[in-house]
Amino acid sequence: MCGIVGLFLKDPTLEPRMGELLTGMLVTMTDRGPDSAGVAIYGAGRDGEAKLTVQSDAPEEVFPTLAETLSARLGSPVRLSRNDTHAVLHLRAGQVPEARAALREVANLRIMSDGDRIEIYKEVGLPRDVAARFDLPAMAGTHGIGHTRMATESAVTTEGAHPFSTGADQCLVHNGSLANHNALRRKLRRDGVRIESENDTEVGAAYITWKMQQGASLGEALESALEDLDGFFTFVVGTKDGFGVVRDPIACKPAVMAETDRYVAFGSEYRALVNLPGIDSARVWEPEPATVYFWSH
Amino acid sequence: MATYDIEADGLRGLNAALQQLAGTTPNEPWEVVNPRGSHAIAVGLDAPLDVTIKGSTGYYCAGMNKQATIRVAGSVGPGVAENMMSGTVIVEGDASQYAGATGHGGLLVIKGNASSRCGISMKGIDIVVHGNIGHMSAFMAQAGNLVVCGDAGEALGDSLYEARLFVRGSVKSLGADCVEKEMRPEHLELLADLLERGGCDARPEEFRRYGSARKLYHFNIDNAY
Repeated sequence: MCGIVGLFLKDPTLEPRMGELLTGMLVTMTDRGPDSAGVAIYGAGRDGEAKLTVQSDAPEEVFPTLAETLSARLGSPVRLSRNDTHAVLHLRAGQVPEARAALREVANLRIMSDGDRIEIYKEVGLPRDVAARFDLPAMAGTHGIGHTRMATESAVTTEGAHPFSTGADQCLVHNGSLANHNALRRKLRRDGVRIESENDTEVGAAYITWKMQQGASLGEALESALEDLDGFFTFVVGTKDGFGVVRDPIACKPAVMAETDRYVAFGSEYRALVNLPGIDSARVWEPEPATVYFWSH
Repeated sequence: MATYDIEADGLRGLNAALQQLAGTTPNEPWEVVNPRGSHAIAVGLDAPLDVTIKGSTGYYCAGMNKQATIRVAGSVGPGVAENMMSGTVIVEGDASQYAGATGHGGLLVIKGNASSRCGISMKGIDIVVHGNIGHMSAFMAQAGNLVVCGDAGEALGDSLYEARLFVRGSVKSLGADCVEKEMRPEHLELLADLLERGGCDARPEEFRRYGSARKLYHFNIDNAY
């Protein structure tokens, strides 16, 4: 099991409530995934600036000097805004590859995401507690996706929690289990793709990244995932402008969508959607198997 | 009319109250408000109760029903009326996966669409769907009738036993051992009754009948790997 939620806002007046609405949806999905929780929030970006979200198990040691160290390496200012075990590093646009290389040398640090707008927060624990430690309800954004995990394929760790980054401003969450992740991990590693954990979803995310590096669009990468990934999956992918949904052809893993003039919402179950404004008059439906859906601004 | 608010008074209290009426002949209809997608609403009933749920439900609504008439004024999640023995379940909206799975008897009516695996392993239940059904419906269906006024998805009736399938629209593909069969007068009569009980105004002559070719009944060495 696992729970997925997603919210894509059409009405900008709802943007300040993004975190609050998404947190409500996430906490409702605790029954489906009490081990860990995570969200990707697409907030405001600044022109000429990129964001790297990092996580540390020793934030007291790592974060105080991180901006300064990185700034010295990059030769330009870096601003760090800490949020519990996570921090967002604000860099000059274009310096992400150099910053990533530098951060790899820092002990006790993991890169969660990079991009103009995306921030990923994920930790082990009940969704309610994870949301509280990052103060998710206070976050604003245009869209966001969240995941509650019930681990089946690998250990309950921060690295095993979702969302997984699949590239700049892109991420993936998964409900299901991939059967061919070991073989695919070996193949991708031979092709030079970095895969950190034994988690099946990370392989799915790495696969999509790899496909896009070869020139596929996200839609094409998802289409080919239907061919190359064996197992059960409902994926929700976040992009800079919106989100996408794809389910495997058997479609055992549940999915419900709701759309109004103000938003498009995704939930593993209808329960996750019941507190959204105007849900009683929303168009509610189940996405078709083996079909790629996208919403974007 | 008894009204029960799930949000205020909890799910367990509802099921306990309804199940307590087993063996009685209650006169009072029940109305259940604020279901908010909860799971297992009105399950395990065993009395000729009349229950209306005002809103959409989650997993396993009306499961294991005996005798009761349960209406859902909304859509239902996976496994509605699973293992129903008798009675009637009417869904005004859509149904998610495996509606009516393993049902032994009674009537399940879905006024919207049903998704995948509708009527999987049905064992005597009658299911009438006003809209479409998804893939792998009536998989290993053993007995009973599945009526679909719209279209059917892939692999309809795979490994079918003796359930009868009636589809008005298109069938994307038939599963292993499922074939189209002749519609004889007794089938038209049966279908007319099912359509009437299911509240459909479709004409029996518009449907096609599908059933088992009975080639998978016995072990055949040519089918082994």
